[in-house]
Amino acid sequence: MIETLQNLALGFSVALSPHVLFYAVLGCIVGTLVGVLPGLGPLAGISLLLPLTFGLSPTTAIVLLAGIYYGAMYGGSTTSILMRIPGEAASVMTCVDGYAMTQKGRAGPALAIAALGSFVAGTLSVVALMLLAPPLAAFALRFGPPEYTALLLLGLIILAYMSSGAMPKTLAMATLGLVLGTIGIDAMSGFIRFTHGVTELGDGIGIVPVAVGLFGLSEILLTAGKDTPPQVYKPKLRELVPSGEDVRRSIAPTLRGSVLGFFIGIIPGSAHIISSFVSYGIEKRISKRPEEFGHGAVEGVAGPESANNAAASGAFVPMLALGVPSGPIPAVMMAALMIHGVAPGPLLMEQQPALVWGFIASMYVGNIVLLILNLPMVGLFVNLLRIPYSYLYPCIVVFCVIGVYAVNSSVVDVWIMIVTGAVGYFLRKLDFDMAPVVLGLILSPMLELSLRQSLAMSAGDYGIFLHRPIAATMLAAVVMLFVLSLWPLIRGGGDWRSRVGLDEKPG
Amino acid sequence: MPPERPTAPAWWSNDRVGGVILIVIAGLVALDTTTLPIGTLARPGPGYAPLICALILAALGLLVALRRGGAPFSGLRWGEGRHAALILGAGAFAALALERIGFRLTTLAILVFLLGVVERRPPLAVAAVALAISFGGYYLFWNILRVPLPIGPFGI
Repeated sequence: MIETLQNLALGFSVALSPHVLFYAVLGCIVGTLVGVLPGLGPLAGISLLLPLTFGLSPTTAIVLLAGIYYGAMYGGSTTSILMRIPGEAASVMTCVDGYAMTQKGRAGPALAIAALGSFVAGTLSVVALMLLAPPLAAFALRFGPPEYTALLLLGLIILAYMSSGAMPKTLAMATLGLVLGTIGIDAMSGFIRFTHGVTELGDGIGIVPVAVGLFGLSEILLTAGKDTPPQVYKPKLRELVPSGEDVRRSIAPTLRGSVLGFFIGIIPGSAHIISSFVSYGIEKRISKRPEEFGHGAVEGVAGPESANNAAASGAFVPMLALGVPSGPIPAVMMAALMIHGVAPGPLLMEQQPALVWGFIASMYVGNIVLLILNLPMVGLFVNLLRIPYSYLYPCIVVFCVIGVYAVNSSVVDVWIMIVTGAVGYFLRKLDFDMAPVVLGLILSPMLELSLRQSLAMSAGDYGIFLHRPIAATMLAAVVMLFVLSLWPLIRGGGDWRSRVGLDEKPG
Repeated sequence: MPPERPTAPAWWSNDRVGGVILIVIAGLVALDTTTLPIGTLARPGPGYAPLICALILAALGLLVALRRGGAPFSGLRWGEGRHAALILGAGAFAALALERIGFRLTTLAILVFLLGVVERRPPLAVAAVALAISFGGYYLFWNILRVPLPIGPFGI
């Protein structure tokens, strides 16, 4: 504990240095803008702004990107509450009761409860991240290739089991990502695979063009042409103060959302989206006034908003401790670290304490900055939505092109973005989730390499996965989850999704 | 009034179309792995992992295609399709032109096309936004952020 506090003190000395603090605040502002603007979620926002970090130190770069991430989480709630436009997917559930509160003239308390809930959840989850990541990283030092193989398989099966969509569709998208991840030079044999003469593909398909294509460009393709300027409601500062009753009713949902969101954040998948759905479902089920949900229940704002912000911090646990991303956003952030020559993994906390603890401390600072930004300046941010979308989306397209091109100065990456944008557009029309594709793409080389290294270690004996206790335990969990996921198919009826209300759509 | 007959679910549901596409992709990947050494179960070669992934993808594609119910594919609305095609066309133009005519002229052309031709915005607004984004964006990336962007003819 003493060591943790010493490390945290080191982190604050980094995070509060004027240079890092400036980028933390900048990240929060840019993130809030990204969250407010429809058509530009946190993943596309982070991917597009990755080139901005090239001239920065690794610590400043990761602090800036993290600021954009949780800034987008905060910003997404503003448009959900005021205009029923979810700035990003995790804010969909906030639309339901948040907008209903606005219609009843209670937009101010809704915004305040969302911001306060996000602040509490964000802070609590950073404490949990700080306490959980170091022992997990120490434990992960015992991992060899068989354990990593089992861990990555476990990640993929949890992704499918916990996803909000149908399991075969989620697994299919993850497998499509795994296939894309095999393009390029095979690390074990040096064979060039599936490049068809395009030399730029030798290093594999980059995560940035795929992420921007699947999330940024496909969103623009789906939304362009719909140009109805929204009615913008701007609450006054004095209207933002919630009543004592609002605060009292929000405490328990905020705390539940924080715990739930953090743990869902650790597991792979679109955690911040799932956590808000699960939190809403739970709050509705345990509420003494379930009939108020959908008509302006403050618990329906506090729970999901807390959960999605806690999930944002939880998602960093596997990234910092194991070097394994739990979702597409940590994957892009890992790519950013690698661009700066930092190798994520269990040794990161030992070798780069200033980076890791500076990053963790910057999250405390970021939460305070966002609370200040999101309440008094809410009117300023929502003004952005007065810009007609017909002006906004061509500019976003241009920034997609610059952002993707600038990473490697390669037009092949621009082509990849266009192709994945078109594929993403079509698959999203067919109701497929795109997050598993990005996760599969980043996990594919790790999974293949660790599997083949394990077999090389054991002279081709698959028993190596059963003889090592950690790998065997994780594989047993894989089998158990697989059986659990098949159970509803055999027995009929719903699974955990229907029990927690994840099948509910916003009305 | 006679009771309405329940309509049969459409054969080509969204899931079925998606599943078939996944099977086709899996087939193409499997075909492509024939040029690579597959190896054995104990000593996997470079074609092993892609082949296994292709087989799993085909199986999952089949599962998705065989799912019951789901929205009919014919029910999908493509109202934004024209916009989507034009945006993709503008993106393709960017990929072709970026290193030939430079960043500023490429983005200027894209913005004039999307704002002026596709969205039919007033010419003065189109010119202002296109010039500000293309030249301002270049200045921001090149001069302030030191990110190299391609330069076209006459140094523009």
